[in-house]
Amino acid sequence: MSTTPATSAPHVRSYPAGLGWVPVWRRNLLFWRKLAPASMLANLGEPILYLLALGYGLGALVGGVGGIPYQVFLASGFICSSAMMTATFEATYSAYTRMAAQHTWDAMISTPLGVGDVVRGEIAWATTKSLMSATGVMVVGAAIGAVRGWQALLAIPAAALTGLCFSAIALVVTTIARSYDSFLYYTTLVMTPMFLLSGVFFPLAQMPEAIQRLATVLPLTHAVALVRPLVIGGSVEAPLLHVAVLLGYAATASALAARLARRRMLV
Amino acid sequence: MNARPAPDSLPPAADAANPVPALEARGLRKRYGEQTVVDGVDMQVARGECWGLLGPNGAGKTTFLRMVLGRTPPTEGSLRVLGLPVPEASAATRARIGLVPQLDTLDPDFTVVENLRVYAGYFGIRAREAHALIADLLAFANLEAKADAPISTLSGGMKRRLSLARALVNTPDLLVLDEPTTGLDPQARQLLWQRLRMLKSRGMSLVLTTHYMEEAARLCDRVTVMDRGRFLDTDTPARLVARHVEPQVVEVHGIDALEWHGAGGADAADRVEVVGDTVLCYLRDERPILDALRDRPGLEYLHRPANLEDVFLRLTGRDLRDA
Ligand SMILES: Nc1ncnc2c1ncn2[C@@H]1O[C@H](COP(=O)(O)OP(=O)(O)O)[C@@H](O)[C@H]1O
Ligand SMILES: [Mg+2]
Repeated sequence: MSTTPATSAPHVRSYPAGLGWVPVWRRNLLFWRKLAPASMLANLGEPILYLLALGYGLGALVGGVGGIPYQVFLASGFICSSAMMTATFEATYSAYTRMAAQHTWDAMISTPLGVGDVVRGEIAWATTKSLMSATGVMVVGAAIGAVRGWQALLAIPAAALTGLCFSAIALVVTTIARSYDSFLYYTTLVMTPMFLLSGVFFPLAQMPEAIQRLATVLPLTHAVALVRPLVIGGSVEAPLLHVAVLLGYAATASALAARLARRRMLV
Repeated sequence: MNARPAPDSLPPAADAANPVPALEARGLRKRYGEQTVVDGVDMQVARGECWGLLGPNGAGKTTFLRMVLGRTPPTEGSLRVLGLPVPEASAATRARIGLVPQLDTLDPDFTVVENLRVYAGYFGIRAREAHALIADLLAFANLEAKADAPISTLSGGMKRRLSLARALVNTPDLLVLDEPTTGLDPQARQLLWQRLRMLKSRGMSLVLTTHYMEEAARLCDRVTVMDRGRFLDTDTPARLVARHVEPQVVEVHGIDALEWHGAGGADAADRVEVVGDTVLCYLRDERPILDALRDRPGLEYLHRPANLEDVFLRLTGRDLRDA
């Protein structure tokens, strides 16, 4: 390697402001590519199982919801919950592994990348994965006739926004986690209630008043309210409100995650 | 700044063409709660110099390096790295620094060559440009045969060499190594030392920490002895030895050593230190004691020149190995 000069290398270029997250995102993409077939199988296989089992099984009991076949109702909800679950898993267990067990974040911030870049890169990656799994549900949903009309394509950016929101929230949890066990609290106390109380499985209107009021602060409720009409064909009520709530959660949680990560990493 | 004197005939430490120091610390202090881990230290390292920080575990070496990298905010004091203020400009300085951390942070999700590629990406180096560079680095690190091996299959020495190769992807001006050879076997250590000397001969500035005095003596133009957060003294290894200890050492050990010392056996020494069951006699002229010891068959002894280990013992009253 006699060719290596001892002076500053000209090929080192700093990322344009705000794009430091890209190499972090790309690192995770490169790793994902090694496991892509298994990952895609899960993205398609799981919704097939859920939609067939619950949609047809439960659907036979309940018939329809507001004049829509149950599996159609359910598929649109699953698009949101799968975006949520994928984002959450990636930004908790997987991100925590990179942060605490593998010291990948340590390596990253020994380069020009900062903690903020790492946090944004992890959020961007978890969002990307949630987008893949939401798209998987959409494809399966389309195959069983649960996607009605081209406006459903707008549900894809809506699902991405949902993924962004839950990635950021999950990363806040990761930056304060002391071990993998910490995530049990989060999934049990936050994720599971959200999964059940945001209108994924049944319309919120049939829940007690108190729960309906609680549900209005849950981001998943707004995701479902946005995505379901787009998928089954219908008009979205107060779309800007839902987008604003999801964006508000995403922005607040991203900023908080960056702050907490700095506190943890730069001691 | 002075070059290390012959016999090694290394190039001069200070790079006259580049007056901006590689590192400049003034009154640098780090406290964790009540504990002062780095206690107001001053240091200047010239471009092209190899400076070693020698101290036992817990001395504060890693904390000092973390401050240099902008990874730990100092409690007090000022720090300039390659002419830029740190931590304010630490992203810009890190673009020109290579780090070999104390604990490997190699990415276990990737192979050897992928590790280099991904790490180059963190510096904004495009894959096309990285390609030739990575081939060079693999050769430099003697890892060509392992290019596609997963990290988990590498030996400790290979991992360290990969860490070194990775630290060079940005062709740094300053290479920072935190205990680069701790835990390595002698061959692996020799190979790493040889690579570091190559880098130094190309004008790269090196900052390394170690608790092996031999490593500091072999590689460094100047060494700082550090203990409990303080920089005790800084100079070339030879001058540190000359300043603080007598040139000759006779180590006497074994069960009778302390008794021999108690009976005045070491009285001919200029100075005596007792570490465990070893009596260390420091002297200008070793012959009288060696003659006397030859008549004491029950004692084991070793005659050697004084080294940095003795300097450490003198400055701290403790043995570097056990401190
Ligand atoms: N983040 C931290 N919080 C509290 N104490 C710390 C922290 N990091 C290091 N220390 C303490 O600072 C001292 C010096 O540590 P370190 O710089 O790692 O020493 P060395 O690298 O010389 O072995 C040790 O006593 C260590 O426990
Ligand atoms: Mg250390």
